[in-house]
Amino acid sequence: MAAQQDHQRPDMARALVDAGFAALVTFGLSFPILALRTEQDMQNRLVVEQRWSWAIVAVVAVFCARLLAGLLSDWRARAVAIPGALIGVYGAHLALTVGPANGAGIVAFGLALLIGAFPLDARLRETPAAVAKPNVEGPDHSRLMSIAGIVALFVFPFVMLAWLGPQGSLKWINNYGVQILIYVMLGWGLNIVVGLAGLLDLGYVAFYAVGAYSYALLSTTYGLSFWICLPLAGVLAAFWGVILGFPVLRLRGDYLAIVTLAFGEIIRVVLINWSDFSNGYAGISSIPRVTFFGVPFTAADNGFAAMMGLEFTPIHRTIFLYFLILCLALLTNAVTLRLRALPIGRAWEALREDEIACRSLGVNTVNTKLTAFALGAMFGGFAGSFFAVRQNFVSPESFTFIESATILAIVVLGGMGSQIGVALAAVAMIGGTEILRELDFLKRIFGEGFDPAQYRMLIFGLAMVVMMIWKPRGLISSRTPSIFLKTKRAVAGALVREGQG
Amino acid sequence: MENFLQQLINGLTLGSIYGLIAIGYTMVFGIIGMVNFAHGDVFMLSAFIALIIFLALTQLLGLASMPVAFLIVLVAAMACTALWNWAIERVAYRPLRGSFRLAPLISAIGMSIFLSNFVQVVQGPRNKPVPPMFTDLIRLTDGPLSVTLSYKQILIMAVTAVLLLAFWFVVQKTALGRAQRACEQDRKMAALLGIDVDRTISLTFVIGAALAAVAGTLYMLYYGVVNFSDGFTPGVKAFTAAVLGGIGSLPGAVIGGLLIGLIETFWAAYFSSDYKDVAAFSVLAITLIFMPQGLLGKPEVEKV
Repeated sequence: MAAQQDHQRPDMARALVDAGFAALVTFGLSFPILALRTEQDMQNRLVVEQRWSWAIVAVVAVFCARLLAGLLSDWRARAVAIPGALIGVYGAHLALTVGPANGAGIVAFGLALLIGAFPLDARLRETPAAVAKPNVEGPDHSRLMSIAGIVALFVFPFVMLAWLGPQGSLKWINNYGVQILIYVMLGWGLNIVVGLAGLLDLGYVAFYAVGAYSYALLSTTYGLSFWICLPLAGVLAAFWGVILGFPVLRLRGDYLAIVTLAFGEIIRVVLINWSDFSNGYAGISSIPRVTFFGVPFTAADNGFAAMMGLEFTPIHRTIFLYFLILCLALLTNAVTLRLRALPIGRAWEALREDEIACRSLGVNTVNTKLTAFALGAMFGGFAGSFFAVRQNFVSPESFTFIESATILAIVVLGGMGSQIGVALAAVAMIGGTEILRELDFLKRIFGEGFDPAQYRMLIFGLAMVVMMIWKPRGLISSRTPSIFLKTKRAVAGALVREGQG
Repeated sequence: MENFLQQLINGLTLGSIYGLIAIGYTMVFGIIGMVNFAHGDVFMLSAFIALIIFLALTQLLGLASMPVAFLIVLVAAMACTALWNWAIERVAYRPLRGSFRLAPLISAIGMSIFLSNFVQVVQGPRNKPVPPMFTDLIRLTDGPLSVTLSYKQILIMAVTAVLLLAFWFVVQKTALGRAQRACEQDRKMAALLGIDVDRTISLTFVIGAALAAVAGTLYMLYYGVVNFSDGFTPGVKAFTAAVLGGIGSLPGAVIGGLLIGLIETFWAAYFSSDYKDVAAFSVLAITLIFMPQGLLGKPEVEKV
């Protein structure tokens, strides 16, 4: 223990060398791509512009961050000091380029954080290491918690409506509520394939696309209603799940991932190029909107508002969509939880753990894998047809590989196989990127040219890397086995294998 | 016949580029068993770096000689991209070594998203038209459908051949190559015998990135336009090439690259250019389903 303490004690010289090296590397990295910018001039010729300030800021920021990381031993102190240093550096940059008035406050704020971090570090280092909490099994609160959570979800739109009015609440119900719930549902659907059956699928968006195009085409060409198209979309997606699942039965792990990725891309390229069928890049527009079991959400006399005796606002449709996706997501969850307790669910989990043992014990691996693919695809199809009815427009643009990667990231980050973990991860990933749209105040800090939305995917990609390094097994890395002897006990995620396929 | 010959030349040119990228995939997969998803974006980044260095040389420093400029661009892009990939491995993959299998893959996907958006933010989302270079053509046959071989194509094939020979020498004859092959066979045993495994893996990434940078420079030269989203499709196709040739096998990667280039070009010429990506992806799926070990790979044995 003493040796470890000694090892952690900061060493100025070493930290300086380390930080200098990191700064040198950063300079090498940023030299062509950050310091020089290519731009088209009036004659459409490409010219190169110099922009050394960006590279210098990057180098200084990395130097400071690395130095602080070397000097401060406790990660909590680092968590305060490093952003402080970065804010300070940016403030200094602004003071140099825009004017001292803009930068000075930021520099002061950064310095305050920085100075605060050192006593914090000293205090934290003196406290004895926290004693590992014994794994006490408390009473089972989880059932109560989940009921409370579901009730809260059902009440959410009305609370927002009462609080912010129809105009103000639209954004919260639509951009946050509906958007996050779509990804929760997709995450739960993919969780069947990846988390339970351990089949790594990078082309899940293909089934989402099949569902969306099923509803779009069936409703625009045959005039079928949403409630008929929804199960049809699920059936078609499941059918495609089996079609795509069949050839890849023999593949494992990464190979499976790449082939499913290829299938996802093939479906997208076909949607783009087979214009007679899917209208190509232009997509399918004016898809019929959702109706309240046949009653349209319009201001007309036969509309929903008139029937219910309410004043017409477009928020009614949004709230209905919210409940629709909430019910679909809960259905996915309920089906998954029930299936886990059935022989097929146990076969999935056994398959995930060891395919050879499964086969030796007489589990039909072909059927087991295909049902997982089909069920996962079916829920993807449901979500897809919901997507189509919500947007009333579909185009191949919406079904790129990034979507598959996002859904897979949600499943992995949630701690594969954990239902609540997937929901939390969806809130973090999708809600987090939505929040970036809201950060208009950053414009005041970083100047008018700064558009936070531009950095959305950049931060998203970085967040995936950071989350993996921080918690490679996901947010909820313990799970309750679906079958247990005598007492119910959670097992660590480290004991469960995933993605071996 | 003329058309066939012309497409053969075009296909081999494209295939050289795929082959160079494919080596990066196959080496990394061989040594740490991970699909380096960000490799396609490293390739795209290298094309941007090459473009910027080329513009800086000709516009800021006023260099007039094209061959000299090309040589400097090639070397500088290789060095800079190698540094990038070294840093990426250090930051995003090394902490996850020994973690569960999916973690590095997800991290690599995140890195891929980060790289393409990083280039978009710092260099702008529009297509970058490259000033034309080496535009001369050689007519091989005369007639209504004459077969032409451009200087660019000769350059691409020559550079690829020379660098592959150099690379082959490094892997077969040097201590680094031996260490690399040892780590590929058994990492733990190699470490016990005194090989610095971390360093070897880092160097694998560096070499892979340098070859990807050659591909990026040639790609920029050949197509005359680069965009931040250019990494994904060539990346997947190069991975296809690596799988087709037998993942882990270096000559396999090159042969696979040439085959994919030829398949794609001939498909576009004789069937439909819209579906050329579908052709490449279908080859990937068909190979993996019927011949998972690829052309030159070793069959994977299932052990209990």
